[in-house]
Amino acid sequence: MSDTPTLAEVCVVACAEAFRGDGEILASPIGVIPTLGARLAALTFEPDLVYTDGDAWQLAAPIPLGDDDAPKLVEAWLPFGKMFDIVWSGRRHVMMGATQVDQHGNQNIACIGPWARPKAQLLGVRGAPGNTVNDPTSYWVPSHSPRVFVPAVDCVSGVGYDRAAAAGPTASEFHAVRHVISNLGVFDFETPDHRMRIRSLHPGVTLDAVRDATGFELAVPDPLPTTRAPTDEDRRLLRDVLDPHDQRDAEVAG
Amino acid sequence: MTADKRLTEDDVVAELRDGMTIGIGGWGSRRKPMSIVRAILRSPLRDLTIVSYGGPDVGMLCATGQAARIVYGFVSLDSIPLEPYFRAARQDGTVAAMELDEGMLQWGLRAAAMRVSFLPCRAGLGSAIMDNNPDLRTVVSPYDGQELVAMPALALDVALLHANRADRRGNAQYLGPDWYFDDLFAMAAQRTFVSCEQVVDTADLTATASEQTIKVSRLFTDGVVEAPYGAHFTHCVPDYPRDEAVQRDYAASAKDPDGWAAFRARWVDLPEPDYRRLAAASLDGAR
Repeated sequence: MSDTPTLAEVCVVACAEAFRGDGEILASPIGVIPTLGARLAALTFEPDLVYTDGDAWQLAAPIPLGDDDAPKLVEAWLPFGKMFDIVWSGRRHVMMGATQVDQHGNQNIACIGPWARPKAQLLGVRGAPGNTVNDPTSYWVPSHSPRVFVPAVDCVSGVGYDRAAAAGPTASEFHAVRHVISNLGVFDFETPDHRMRIRSLHPGVTLDAVRDATGFELAVPDPLPTTRAPTDEDRRLLRDVLDPHDQRDAEVAG
Repeated sequence: MTADKRLTEDDVVAELRDGMTIGIGGWGSRRKPMSIVRAILRSPLRDLTIVSYGGPDVGMLCATGQAARIVYGFVSLDSIPLEPYFRAARQDGTVAAMELDEGMLQWGLRAAAMRVSFLPCRAGLGSAIMDNNPDLRTVVSPYDGQELVAMPALALDVALLHANRADRRGNAQYLGPDWYFDDLFAMAAQRTFVSCEQVVDTADLTATASEQTIKVSRLFTDGVVEAPYGAHFTHCVPDYPRDEAVQRDYAASAKDPDGWAAFRARWVDLPEPDYRRLAAASLDGAR
């Protein structure tokens, strides 16, 4: 394939990389790009990674995104009750969205403004409090902006490093916010005080562009890595197997 | 003579009282007991506390102002992420809220089902849940000093469920891929009323489906309502999918000051047989 990879393809690969090293645990991606990322990881470098159809069926082979009636090779049954059991067991890595995320990795999907009388009520905290203190958690942000990357979130749904530490050893013993993947780059918390750091920038994205789009100071490594490009095999799997109807480009612009 | 627990939606509502705590089964916009919810919407019941993995059940009870307090982990229409009437009620300050992690909600129901006052869990620690619910306490393990959230029991006066099938005695069958936490809602409640697509003879429950699909035993149910399309417009697979067109109309109605009045005139204030004809026609139109 000679044409340049799309931003969506770069983001899928960046999401896949978040699951590298996870082995035989359940990848729980929320959204199109994270779903493709988890399945791509399973088809390439994490062959034992576990994933579902997004509903109650654990799949032994991926189905094309959008083909809901495609035949499924089911290997286990995971209704929500079982899913909660898995969350509490620690055998899961969830990749959630984030309306807001801060420099310590706190995430908000619950509301904007004061919780008692929000300016904008959103979903509620969903499973974020339990996910983050039981299992590794990553976040996917399709549109990186200072409204999303904020100094402090309005309602801590997913727990960040500062809050987990302050809440004591029961909160922090299994806590790990792994990666935040956006349309501009990949971010992690591998700094001495667990503040957000640039892990890599996507091809063509400048440091200034990321700084302008982020509402707090990011730790910047030197040299600054570039997000790994999709391989020809990654791109073939995406186009022919995982996402033949090209849903990936609808979720991330560019 | 064995008990025949068949009732109508209005019979169920006659058993409810102002101020009750009512748990509603299903999940988001999936297999909600909407025909019983509609009967509540048409009633003068008020000051209700609703415990739910919330969808349009919560939204509609906010739209009428009958819900005074919502206990939830989320409220969503699934294919439309945000529930418009729940949002408006929260933003206008017209409904009180106990917001929980989804697993904490499960644990609160489990504690009620076990008749204990709390169950310990890790979920909630460090999150805003602990700030926004000042009554929540932690507990220290007597074994190793581990500090955990003491999730209080969420005892329900009544649980309302919708199943695919049930028999007259109140055994409820779930034919879709997930029965969510319906069994737990039933066990956490003093009384449970289950609506279903079809009431069948007990022998017919297992004529074509496995015994494992009968998820709620008559031990935990007090009434059975035969309600074809009883979950509409939420989905009730494999009987019917979500009616996305009606759900879109419902969500859009919240943008218009007179929208709820218009929606309820079309989809709430009508006899159930008429509703079923409308729902069937709408689902047929989507096929």
